[in-house]
This record gives sequence, C-alpha cells and structure tokens, in this order.
Amino acid sequence: MSAPDLLVVRGLVAGYGAAPVLQAIDLTVPAGTIAAVVGANGAGKTTLLRALSGMIRPAAGQVLLAGDELRGTPVEQLVRRGLAHVPEGRGVISELTVDENLRLGGLWRRDRADAGRALDEVYQLFEPLARRRRHLGHQLSGGERQMLALGRALVGRPRLLLLDEPSLGLAPRVVARTMALLRQLRDSTGLTVLLVEQNVRSALAVADQGVVMSLGRVVIAAPAVQLRDDVDLRHAYLGF
Amino acid sequence: MSATRAALPPKRRPVEADDRPVDRRFHSTLLRHLAVVLAAGLLLVAVSYAIEPFRNFQLATVAAYLCATAGLTVLTGLNGQLSLGHGALMATGAYTVALCQNAFADRGMSGGWLLPLSLGAAIVSTVAVGAVVGVAAARLRGPYLAGVTLAVAIVVPALAVTFDGVFNGEQGLSVPVEPPPLSLGPYFPYERWQLWLTGAATLLALLLLANLIRSRYGRSFRAVRDDEVAARLAGIHVARTQVLAFVVSAATAGLGGALLAVLAQSVSPGAFSLTLSLFLLMAVVIGGLGRLTGALWGAVLLVALPDLTHSVTELFTLSPAVAQRLEGNLPLAIFGLTLIVVMIAAPGGIQGLLSRLGRRLRARRS
Amino acid sequence: MDRFVFLTVDGLSRGAVYAAFALALVLIWRAARVVNFAQGAMAVAAAYVAYTVSTTTGSYWLGFVVAIVAGLLLGALVDRVVMRHVDHASPLNPVIVALGLVLLIQAVLGMVYGNEFRPAEAPFSRSALTVGGVAVLSPYDLFVFATIGVVVSGLAWLFARTPVGLRMRAAAFAPEVSRLLGVNVGGMLTLGWALASGVGALAAMLVMPTELGLHPHAMDLVFVSAFTAAVVGGLDSPPGAVVGGLVVGLLLSYVSGYAGSDLTPLAVLVLLLAVLLVRPGGLFAPVAARRV
Ligand SMILES: Nc1ncnc2c1ncn2[C@@H]1O[C@H](COP(=O)(O)OP(=O)(O)OP(=O)(O)O)[C@@H](O)[C@H]1O
Ligand SMILES: [Mg+2]
Repeated sequence: MSAPDLLVVRGLVAGYGAAPVLQAIDLTVPAGTIAAVVGANGAGKTTLLRALSGMIRPAAGQVLLAGDELRGTPVEQLVRRGLAHVPEGRGVISELTVDENLRLGGLWRRDRADAGRALDEVYQLFEPLARRRRHLGHQLSGGERQMLALGRALVGRPRLLLLDEPSLGLAPRVVARTMALLRQLRDSTGLTVLLVEQNVRSALAVADQGVVMSLGRVVIAAPAVQLRDDVDLRHAYLGF
Repeated sequence: MSATRAALPPKRRPVEADDRPVDRRFHSTLLRHLAVVLAAGLLLVAVSYAIEPFRNFQLATVAAYLCATAGLTVLTGLNGQLSLGHGALMATGAYTVALCQNAFADRGMSGGWLLPLSLGAAIVSTVAVGAVVGVAAARLRGPYLAGVTLAVAIVVPALAVTFDGVFNGEQGLSVPVEPPPLSLGPYFPYERWQLWLTGAATLLALLLLANLIRSRYGRSFRAVRDDEVAARLAGIHVARTQVLAFVVSAATAGLGGALLAVLAQSVSPGAFSLTLSLFLLMAVVIGGLGRLTGALWGAVLLVALPDLTHSVTELFTLSPAVAQRLEGNLPLAIFGLTLIVVMIAAPGGIQGLLSRLGRRLRARRS
Repeated sequence: MDRFVFLTVDGLSRGAVYAAFALALVLIWRAARVVNFAQGAMAVAAAYVAYTVSTTTGSYWLGFVVAIVAGLLLGALVDRVVMRHVDHASPLNPVIVALGLVLLIQAVLGMVYGNEFRPAEAPFSRSALTVGGVAVLSPYDLFVFATIGVVVSGLAWLFARTPVGLRMRAAAFAPEVSRLLGVNVGGMLTLGWALASGVGALAAMLVMPTELGLHPHAMDLVFVSAFTAAVVGGLDSPPGAVVGGLVVGLLLSYVSGYAGSDLTPLAVLVLLLAVLLVRPGGLFAPVAARRV
C-alpha cells in the first residue's frame, strides 16, 4: 500500500461560531482507498466534510488534494478539482426530476460527450433510476434517493468522494449493497472515498482505513482491519 | 385598570401573580409619562413664542407627522406588521375632517368644540377603515401583507377621483378652520395657534400610545412580533392582538392626516400618494424602529429634509424648471438612498434592531 | 355582444402585459424569495431610457431594444449592488430596501425628466380592425400578443430545456447543494434578476402607449395589478402568473367597460383581498412539492 496520498489534512480547525468544533484535525487518505470516519453523534464528522468542501470556512490548517491546497477555492469550483460531496440527508433536489438531478451532476464538465457517457453508466449502475427518469425528487423512496445522490456525484467522475452517512434510514440489505458498490468503484475506477458512517460495522467492513473522531478530534486513525479485530480498541472507542 | 384586567383571558394567572408590582409600576409610568407630556407641552408653548410664524407652522407639521409615524412605529416596530398603506389611512382622516368641517360651515355652525368633534370623527372613520384592513392583515404575512397595503396606498387616494361628487377629484376639498379664539388677543399669530392645536392633539395621542406600549397590550404586541407560536402558547390571541395594533396605529394615522388637513386648510389626493406612505415607513425605519423617540426623529426628518434641500438648491443659480425638479425630488432620492444604506449597513437590518431592542427590554424587565 | 367581444380582446391584450409583468415577479420570488416591489420603478426607468433613445434617433425599434437591454442591466445591477447585501433573515428587510429603490428611482427620474407625462408612441395603429362589422382587435394588440407569446414561450423553453435553465432552477430550489455540484449560484441569481427586470421593461414598453404616457409613477397601478395577478396564480407558479395576468386583465376590462374606468383600481384591490383571504396560495397553487 504505497499509493500516493490523495487527501492530506493538517491541523484543520473549523466551526460555526466563536468556539471551533474541529480542533486540529490531521488525516491522510491514500489514492484509491476508502477511509471510514466514525464517532458519536456530534463528534464533528459532518463538520469535517463541510470544512473539506468549503461549505464552512476553516479557521486554520491545510487541506491538500493531490498536493494542491483546496482552501480558498470557491465551493462551486471544487467539482472541477475532482471533489464530490454528498451531504448529510443526501441533497436530492425535490423539485427536479431524477434525470435533471443526474444531469446537474455533470453540467460543469467541458467534455459533454463524456458527461453523457457517465450519465449512461450511472443509469446502468442504478437500474431503478432509469425506470424513474421523469419522476420528481420528492416522489422517490429513501433508497432511490440515496442512489440518486450517489449517482449524481458519480456523473462528475470525481477523484475524491465525500459521503455523509449514506446508510441513514436504509434497510441492512441496501446498506450492504451500497458498501459493496463503493468497494467495486474503488477497485474498478480507483475512486477514493471518505465515508462518514454511524453504521460502524458495515463501514469498517468495506474501508481500508478507520478514523475515529471524538469531540472534534481524531483519536485513532488505523487500518480498518486492526479496528475490526482489536477487541480492546473496539471496546474503548466504538462500544461494541 | 380593573376593567382592562377583566377583559383578559383568565388563563394568564401566573402573570397575574406578579402583577401587583407591575400595577404600582404602571401608576408610576403613567405619572412619568404625564410629567413628560406636560413638560413637552410647556416647552412647546414657550418655543412657540420664541420662533417666527413659519417655524411655528413647520413645527406643527412635525407634530402632525409624528402622530402617524408614532402609530406606524407601534405597528411595524412593536408588532412586526409592515404597512405601506398609512398614507391612505391619513387620507381617510384628512377627508373626514374636511367633510365634517364643510358640513358644519354649510350649516352656519360655529364654536370651539366643532374641530375636536371633526377630529374625533376622523379618528372613528379611520379606525373603521383600519379595522377592515387590519382583519385582512392579521391573516397575511411578509410580502403578501406588503402587497395588500401597497394596493391600499395606491387605490384609496384614487377613490377621490372615482367618487368626485363627494371628494371633488384631483382638486380636493378646502377645510374651513376657525381663527384662534378672541380671548387670546386680536393679534395672536395664526401659526402659533396651529402649533398649539396640533401639539396638544399629538401630545395627547403620544401619551395614550406610551401607556399602551407599557401596558400588557404592549407586551402582547411584542410577544406576537418576536414569536407568534410562543405568544399563542402563552395564551395571547394572536390575530386579535394584530388587529388591535393595526386599529391603534390607524387611529393615530387618521388623526395625523386630519391635523395635516387642518394645517393646510385643504385636502387633495396628491398629498396622500404612495410616496407619502413610503415616506412614513422610511421615517420610522431611519428614525429607529420600535421607539417613539425614533418616530419623533422620523417626523422631524420628514419636514426638515425638504426644507434643507430647498435651502441647498437656493445656493445654486438654477433655472426655475430645474430648481423645481430638484426641490420636488431631491428629498425623495435622499430618503430612498438613506433607507437602502441603513438597511444594508445596520447589521441584521430591522430584525437586528428589533431583537436588540427586545433583548434590552427583556433585560430591563428582569 | 360586440362590446363584449371588444372588451374581451382588450382585456386579454392588457392581461398579456400583466402576465409578463407577473411572470417577472414570480421569477425573482422563486429565485430569491423576494417580491421585487421596485420592479415597476425599474421598468419605468428602462422605458425612459428608450424614450431618450427614440426621441434622439427617431427610431422606435432602437428604443425598444435599448429598453430591454437597460432592463437586463438594471436588474443585474440591483442584485449585485443592493439586494445581494441585504440580510434576508427577516422578510421585511428586502421589501423595505425595494421600497427604498422605488423612492430613489422615481426621484432620479423626476429630476432628470420632470414629473409630467411624456407621450409614449405605439409602433402600430391602436384602432381596432373590424371583422364582419365587429371591432375586434388592433394591430397593436396583435403586436402585444405576439411579443408576450414569444417571451413566455422563450422563458418556458429556457427553464425547461436548457442547461442554464436547469442551473437556475437548481440554484433557486437548493442553493447549497447546487454549489456543491458546481453551479455558480450567485451568478444564476444575478441572471434571474436581469431576466426578470428585462421582462418587466418589455412589459412597460408594451403597456405605456395604452396608458396616459410616460411618468415616474406610470407603473404604480400596473405593478399592483401584476402583483394581484401573481397572487391569483400563486407566487410560486410561472404558468399561474400567466393565467392570473389574463384573469386580471379581463376583469379590469369588463369593470372598466361596464361599470366605469374609475372603478378599476378598486376592483383590483377587492380581487387581491378576496384571493388572499379565500385562497392565499393562489387559485392555481401546484400540489405541495416541498423540499425535504
Ligand atoms: N449549523 C451549525 N451551527 C452551529 N453548530 C453546529 C451546526 N452544525 C453542527 N453544529 C455543532 O457542531 C458539533 C458537531 O456537529 P456535526 O454535525 O459535525 O456532528 P456529527 O459528528 O456529524 O454528528 P451526527 O453523527 O449526529 O451527524 C455539534 O456539537 C453540533 O451541535
Ligand atoms: Mg453528521
């Protein structure tokens, strides 16, 4: 595992008001791997993703994507740098159709032909979406929304995918399928994923690296296998 | 006091429990307000002797505008309802006074009690119009309320033309007003008399408003403004409170309009255009929403700014046509620009001012 | 019967203009959650620019084009310089700022052009053609219908079929998510203001020859009528705005024709109040499609 690091975070401090939520986060995600960020409610996982994609402005620290500083890049430019963020709650636009939501994911791309191919691939990947092209976002089930959100991110062919709790409210079978899909994408396209999850077992099952957050800090970053197998660690930080 | 208490819903027991100190405070605030008003009245009389007649007239105009801006302050600043229709409410009061005074004059009636009677009629008719608009307004929010009151502001003055048999169209009506009583001496300046009249009426209205603001009704106004749901949970009838605020505000606007008509001794729809309604809103916002002193600054501004631009344009040698255009429009431009700048520069805009004010009031109360 | 036909056509022609103006209001409402109370004043300003151009060059059409361009620019300017900086936390704030703009624009127009009516010429005859002895519609009415038809279908095409339209809708419905997907939300907002203001300017150009002429306040009542139209159709619904505009136009035409033109302002007020009190969401409110 000597892949170059795609995402490097150093001393990241960010929050919403006076008191920062994130206190000096350090994090490294090698290219073509999946990192799972786990931790209690309110640990700052969502805040971390929001700070990475610039939705909130970090107060200090570095965010390097393939060696280039991301901080200061306007949010709407980040897709052009290869970063896709599927926010908590998925962010499907209810008033737009499935097709419009998906196309939106590739609108920024210059290469229109490849954007069209990516769209077709997503429709192949998610059969149910193809059958519901003309449905409005608010007419979809939770699982379909999740597919839509994920598919919309993939239409932009990102290098780094930030996923905030994709398993939220989904049946275990759907969760398992999603995780398998992430692994498949990693292996076939070299996609790098930073996955925030409450569902620690399934997240660690698919991830290469496990990152445990608590009170705005990274308390452990270790190979996922180690977190899975080390009973003491699990007891101490994950409670199972 | 007991009468107002009886009118309140009984479920407000817990508040009632600590009402005794409030009661005492009520009396002391009433006395304080009375003292302030008396002092202001005496000051006004003294000033009326010290300044020239034209300034007396201007001060009287400030007083008339103050009635309207104070009422709008209560509505928008304390109750959170935006009204762009207060110019139309002023027109209602003004036309009522004109019709009454003309009716009296036609019948050859005279006497010092006729003008108060006409002013009372003006208030009553504006209250009626205000109640209609207020009932609609209580069901509307934000841009819808603004739109409806804007329509009122544009449509109501146009009615003077629609029913020109009564209101005499664009021409308008004259307002016969009796000269000052002879007991004041034969050479008593008419403008001073005008200031006394409008000053007395306005101070009376302000006294009532100030006490209302301090009363539990005032507290309900603010509670509804800050959070309708919370107010409802606290046992406040939200719609009734909003209608009440609108009616009170309409009454003072009607009085203000009536006083303006008496001062100008005429009314015409042009004097109560949409611009006047916007002017009032500007005055209230710029003066400082939610405070009666803010309403005073606003009213002063309404009179002083046109005067000031007049003096400024006189400094330059302009052709009469250009000077006329500038004089009519420069104050408007300044008002509009100031308003935009105030709204953008004041952090949080109105809401910020409101909540800051609310916090301060709460802090003072606890 | 003849009279009825005449009034109906006249009402539809008037209503088409209200429809365009209401559509402009709906555009901004959907994009920015602001009812642009300054739209009437902004449109008049554009019409005055056209007036200057037309009187100096002698060409109505040059003025017509310039009015639309001026409208587009003014809309973008108002968004960038003013509205962008207003705290939208309270819905009162943008309303008050828009009213400040009304005062400012009307005052500036008064200073430059004076507060008297200027004649507004029509590019086509306004006397009605007769079909089988019945006066039906004038060439100018035809021009109005055609122009508004082009504008409305153009906007519908823009929003439904083009990438820019998709971006604009996405930015309006979900600004944060749209930004994550690479949409320049601020730019879309400015574009929305520009388009709305351009449509408003066009509507002003079309309605001016049928009114008393050009005046800083010339659009005040038109604004109220168009606002009523937008409310009738539901502030969130572009098709509703078009239908609402036609409804208001017809109503005003009938009231004016059968009861007297002085009563039209009152009729607008009554309609507005009635709709708001009976169906605040508008007569054609779409089935609730709220964001999750
Ligand atoms: N918009 C906000 N404004 C202020 N504070 C916020 C905001 N969003 C989150 N917080 C605070 O930041 C802290 C971290 O929140 P965050 O959403 O990052 O947690 P999380 O780890 O994603 O939790 P969960 O697993 O419940 O989603 C919490 O204390 C929360 O209260
Ligand atoms: Mg979270």
